This record gives sequence, structure tokens and C-alpha cells, in this order.
Amino acid sequence: MTPGLFAKFNRVGAWVLLLFLVTPALIAIPVSLTPKRFLSMPKGELSLRHFEKLFTSEEWLSSFFQSGVIAVSTSLLATFLGTLCAIGLWRVSSKYSELVRAFLLLPLIIPQIISAMAFYRLWIPLGLLDSYAGLILAHTILAAPMVLITVSASLATFDPRLEQASKNLGASNWTTMRRVILPSIKPGVFAGALFAFILSWDEIVVTLFISKYSVYTLPRRMWNGIRENTDPTVAAAAVVLIAITLIAFVIFSIMSRRSAKSEAPEGGNK
Amino acid sequence: MHTLSRHIHPGWLIIAPLLVLVVALYLGPILNILWLSVTDPEPGFGNYAKLGESDALIRIVWTTVRICIITTVFSVTLGYSIAYAMVHCHQRQKNYMLTLLLVSFWISILVRTFSWLMLLGRKGLVNGTLENIGLIAEPIAFMRNELGVLIGMVHYMIPYAVLPLLVSMQSLDTRVMDASRNLGASGTQTFWRIYLPLTLPGLVASTLLVFILSLGFYVTPAVLGGGKVLMVAEYISVQLLVTLKWGTAAMLAAIMLAGVLAMLWVMSRFMKLSTVFGGAAR
Repeated sequence: MTPGLFAKFNRVGAWVLLLFLVTPALIAIPVSLTPKRFLSMPKGELSLRHFEKLFTSEEWLSSFFQSGVIAVSTSLLATFLGTLCAIGLWRVSSKYSELVRAFLLLPLIIPQIISAMAFYRLWIPLGLLDSYAGLILAHTILAAPMVLITVSASLATFDPRLEQASKNLGASNWTTMRRVILPSIKPGVFAGALFAFILSWDEIVVTLFISKYSVYTLPRRMWNGIRENTDPTVAAAAVVLIAITLIAFVIFSIMSRRSAKSEAPEGGNK
Repeated sequence: MHTLSRHIHPGWLIIAPLLVLVVALYLGPILNILWLSVTDPEPGFGNYAKLGESDALIRIVWTTVRICIITTVFSVTLGYSIAYAMVHCHQRQKNYMLTLLLVSFWISILVRTFSWLMLLGRKGLVNGTLENIGLIAEPIAFMRNELGVLIGMVHYMIPYAVLPLLVSMQSLDTRVMDASRNLGASGTQTFWRIYLPLTLPGLVASTLLVFILSLGFYVTPAVLGGGKVLMVAEYISVQLLVTLKWGTAAMLAAIMLAGVLAMLWVMSRFMKLSTVFGGAAR
């Protein structure tokens, strides 16, 4: 279709909408620079005192640390389990395995409040409330489907004859997995690990239910700050989070561009 | 072992760890909650009967459904416009648009909610600006009401609405539209009678996805509603963490779960679910 008046108008509208999606978050930047002790827009004078507080406060630092530990552990565990599972499902690929795949994706789509209830319910008798293990396990179950999706997407483009060839040449299952399958699905594995990390790093609803005092993640502390709605340190934390998001995004873009490039010549040879 | 592996594909061995984990630590307690909804505080359907008796409960459910419907209508309409623009422009421009979309997708929900708090409050940036340029005398109440919740939710849901639509629009055969134009249809006719029906699967998937995600939304309604707009998710959390009434909360969760699963089933008729999630995860 030739771009008519409507299409042009729509394109402008789409740009406005896309800017509407991104710009509101930027207000955290000026608010974080206010010299006042309460949440406000700075007038004239700027100050970095809230960033100073963020990076010297024991509470905020421990939250950064705890969130980091939990997100890294979740990412490793979810990536390990999710990758294995994706390869298994890909190998089996029967009616039942597709059912299992659909089932395993459920934690991603079932409302988080229900997941939170479920974990809360089970973590009480298991004594996992308010512990690292409890949070890591819960986040892993929520994040593993992400890994399953990204790895499965990579496997979809993997030529199963390569696996056959490797086995015919005498490689064991384990060797085939390590030297043939894993290297070719690396982009999917890394993407899955990154998504799992972000999910855990940013998770609040389940965390609200299953953590209390001893584990106090960053989202949890931000949630408190937002509810109290006075301390500008929250704004500084928000700015740091935006920065981390952008860095992660750039890394991800570079990675996926690189993997697209490395795939391109192969495609050309076919 | 050999007889076993003849019947069971060895691939199941590496599926098992995750499967066991999810069944034991996720499916188990969810079934337990469903069970609780008919046994706590006493066996029977007393919890479900409350839905017919208690005005407060009905109001909460109705508020939730209403807000979800409005959110879905706005998000999908605006999302359609974005997806359409993205498919019909140059690759370069499309990449910029995709970047903006994904960045907004990646920004923490807490950061976004905090930003809306700063923007929409009585002394927020929006009211401040409007007063300064003399457009309004009194601050507009953007927060602690449904308007605030809707703004926050639509803002959050738009990227989720766009991604399934984008997948659906990209897979269209554009020659069909050319054919329609060649046969004398106007651009408007082609859009309404060819383009829109062909993107219907994406539209349905996007609608249901946004609706499902809105149903259980907790953070934005709790903060921007400021206690004035009570939705099911927040009500459940109050029941569990403050009044410790599992029965009512379990009943609401059971209904929500049934609704979500029913919608997923409808969705699976229109689109391969993994494509929707695959798109959404990026």
C-alpha cells in the first residue's frame, strides 16, 4: 500500500506513543538531583546528596547485594534447568512433550498474585519464608519458562542432522551435547540467562509475600520507598536501575547483532 | 534400564528436573489453594456463595473487570497503531521504533510506577505545568482514582499489545493488499476488509494477552489507586497478609485462574502460544 495521509498521520501518532512509553521514566533523573530532603523537582540548584546516601546507606547497599545474589543464582539455576529441559523437549518432540512444554510455560502467564499465594502457602510449612533459598527457588520457577522459550527458539534453527553426524562419528551423548548442541544454541542460552536475571532482579509481587526482614531485595526497598513517598533516595535508586537497564539492553543488542552476523554467512553458503 | 528406555525416550531424563520442580513447588500449592477455596473455613461452597451475597466483593470483581476491559481496549488500539506504523516504514526507522518499544519493556515496573507518582500527583509535574501556563486553576485529580490506575496500566501494557500484533502483521503476504488495490478497492476499503481481518489472529492474541496480564496486576493499581481503587489482586494480598482469611482469597484466585486458563485456551485456537510468548519475551 502506498503511504496515504492516514498512514503518515498514524506514523506520527506511533512516534508520539513510543515516546510516551519511554519518557515518563526520565522524570526520576531531575527528582533524584533535588537538594531538598523530600521528593520534589529541583529549582535551580542541583545536588548529588541522594546518590551519596544511596551508595553509603547500609540498607540500600545490602539490598543491592541481596538482589544481585538472588538474581545471579536464579539466572544460573533457571538457565541450567531451562536449557536441559528445552533440549529434552526438542529431542522427544511428541504430543506429550508439547503438553509438558505448555504446562511449563504456565508460571509466566498465571497472574503473579496467584503464584505469590502458591509460594507463600508452601513456603510456610517448608520453612523457606524470608530466606535466600526460598526467593531463589520461587524466582527460578518463574524465570525458567523464559529460558525454555529462548533456547527452544535457538533449537528450532539447529539442524538435527548435526547431532546425528556427531553420534555417527562416535561421540557420546554428553560430548555431542557439549561440543555440538550447546555451542549452536549459545545465543538462546545467553538471552535466557539475561531475561531470567532481569525477571528476578525486578520481581516484586512474589517477593512481597515471601520475604520479610532478613532478605530485603532492591524492589522490596523501592516498594517501601514508593509507598512512604517522601525520601528522594528512591529517585536515585530509580536512576541507577534505569542505567542498569540501558546497559543490559545495549549488551543484549550487541550480542544479538553479533550472533545474527555470525549466522548470516552460513545462510549465504546454503 | 534398556527395557525402560525402549518405552521412555531418554530425553525425558533431562526434562525431569525442571518438571519435577514445577510440579512439586508450583502446581502442588496451586492445587492446594483450589482445595482451600472449598474447604476453608468449612467444607462446601460457602466462599463462592459470598460472591452472591457480599456487595463489597462484587464491587471489587466488577472494578477489576471494568478496569481490565478499558485497559485492554486502549492498549490494543494504540498498540495496533504502533505495530502498523512499524511494519509500514523503512527498516532503519523500524529499528529505532523497536528499540524504544523494547527499552520501555525493560524498564522496571517500580521505576515506572514511581515516575507516574511524580508526574500525576497533586503537586506533580503535569499539574504544576498546567497551572503555570494557566490552563487550570485547581489541580486535576489524576491519582487515587481509576484514571491514574488506567494511565499506569495502559502505559505498561502497550508493549505487550504490540508484540503479538507485530508478529501477525509481519507474516502477512503484502501481495494480497496489492491485489485488492489493483482490483479497484480504496485504501480504506482494503484496510477494513482485507488487512484487519487478516490480522485478526494477532488482534485476538494481543487482546487476550493484555487482558490476562491486567487481571492479576498488582503494583500499579495498588500505588496509583492509592487505596481508593481496590482490585482483586490487592484484595487477595490484604486477605492473606492482614486478615489471614485464606478461604475468600483462594476463591478469588480460583475464579481468576479459571478465567485465565479459559482465555489461554481460546488464544491457543488463534495462535501458537509459543509465538506469543516468544515475541513477548524479547
